[in-house]
Amino acid sequence: MKPFDYERADDTDGAIATVSDDPTATYLGGGTNLVDHMKLGVAEPGKLVDITKLPYDFVETLPDGRVSVGATVRNSELAASHVIRQSYPMLAQALLAGASGQLRNLATTGGNLVQRTRCAYFQDPGTPCNKREPGSGCSALEGWNRHHAILGASEHCVATHPSDMAVALAALDATVVVRGSEGQRRIPVTELHRLPGDEPERDTVLEHGELITSVELPAPSDSARSAYRKVRERASYAFALVSVAAVVEVDEGTVRDARIALGGVAHKPWRAEAAERELRGAPATEENFRRAAEAELEQAEALRDNAFKIPMTRNTLCAVLRELTREDRA
Amino acid sequence: MDAEIALRVDGQRRTLSVDTRTTLLDALRERLGVISPKKGCDHGQCGACTVLLDGRRVTSCLTLAVAHDEAEVTTAEGLAEGDRPHPVQQAFLEHDGFQCGYCTPGQVCSAVGMLDEVKAGWPSHVTENLEEEPDLDEEEIRERMSGNLCRCGAYTNIVSAIREAAE
Repeated sequence: MKPFDYERADDTDGAIATVSDDPTATYLGGGTNLVDHMKLGVAEPGKLVDITKLPYDFVETLPDGRVSVGATVRNSELAASHVIRQSYPMLAQALLAGASGQLRNLATTGGNLVQRTRCAYFQDPGTPCNKREPGSGCSALEGWNRHHAILGASEHCVATHPSDMAVALAALDATVVVRGSEGQRRIPVTELHRLPGDEPERDTVLEHGELITSVELPAPSDSARSAYRKVRERASYAFALVSVAAVVEVDEGTVRDARIALGGVAHKPWRAEAAERELRGAPATEENFRRAAEAELEQAEALRDNAFKIPMTRNTLCAVLRELTREDRA
Repeated sequence: MDAEIALRVDGQRRTLSVDTRTTLLDALRERLGVISPKKGCDHGQCGACTVLLDGRRVTSCLTLAVAHDEAEVTTAEGLAEGDRPHPVQQAFLEHDGFQCGYCTPGQVCSAVGMLDEVKAGWPSHVTENLEEEPDLDEEEIRERMSGNLCRCGAYTNIVSAIREAAE
């Protein structure tokens, strides 16, 4: 591992100034992804600014009913929070579907969002990878790509985003609050992560030095139902092959609103807008669920090893919609 | 680049100078001679390095020692009270919850941390109703312990040991 300086931040602006002024500096949260990357030689920061003691360890309900989650709240604490379990059970489900108990005790809300792909080539500095080393080529394109993207990929990168939490946040229409040297800005979580295009080295729209300070959840809805379902190669402690986060509102058998995000299929949590359009105003029937899933997957493109993800995504989405509308269809 | 830190390890305060690159696992094993946390994968995937950090189970291989100045670290060595093993350790003995024993200190620390999480009412991926107190059946134990691998495959006895310790 390359030598680096370590600093524990005690105020946000100081931390932001330190990282902004030093192109080799980066923030350290729980470290579960970053420390691993430093061991592997995937990341070689010259300075780490530890933000875990900054005052962002909170889950609070705002006066207008929205809920604000601080960036340093551990994944385990967030999943156990009563507000989250009661009002956003889908988010708790997604958090609990990720990693292991030990890792959730370290991993933070902000760090979960900016964790990087688990593409085997990205994590192996001995192989070409455009995300790790722009211009070197993509080993996964013609290589082992069972876990890779079927939606929104490019000829430069076919990696997927590994987070479960971020998929739930995308379906919840959460907002990410970010601070940088120019002040604060708010980014819809669906716009935080990028598609690879010809700059796969950029996972998010964040500029160097910008720090996620909190995530805001819209006020909970009484009439909406939600669920997170994850399909993986073993029952626990594995990344998603495919996951579905869905929020639906059904009135007298008709879908009034549907917000769907897919995990494990793209470079970012994939908001299934085509499926949502098909569903809004349509009767909540199996046939319509299937039509919606197929509308979304019209744009899907399989690689050598991951064609199974297309029917798997369709079936998982249909199963989640069936589960959420069981009573309406009875 | 070195930094001075203090750790309270198994009840004893230890001060040391660490290279910032040192993980908590390496600080314990290589610098302080506390060798019950084991290095398995060194990437947070196997759980052999699990310790209790300020009371919470964590993979000590994925966290930097320098980030834990003044923290309380409990390893499997520090769980016993004098000559009396911790109830989880005793249950592992009685149920033969190991074969080679390499993963055992991590399994034990993970189980102790996990039982506290259950006591605090934390749900897991298999908890049916997120708003109710979880009932620690076999499925719950298996899910909650999935971050600890055992290459000998002693899982059946590990589960029964933890079941007994939970009672």
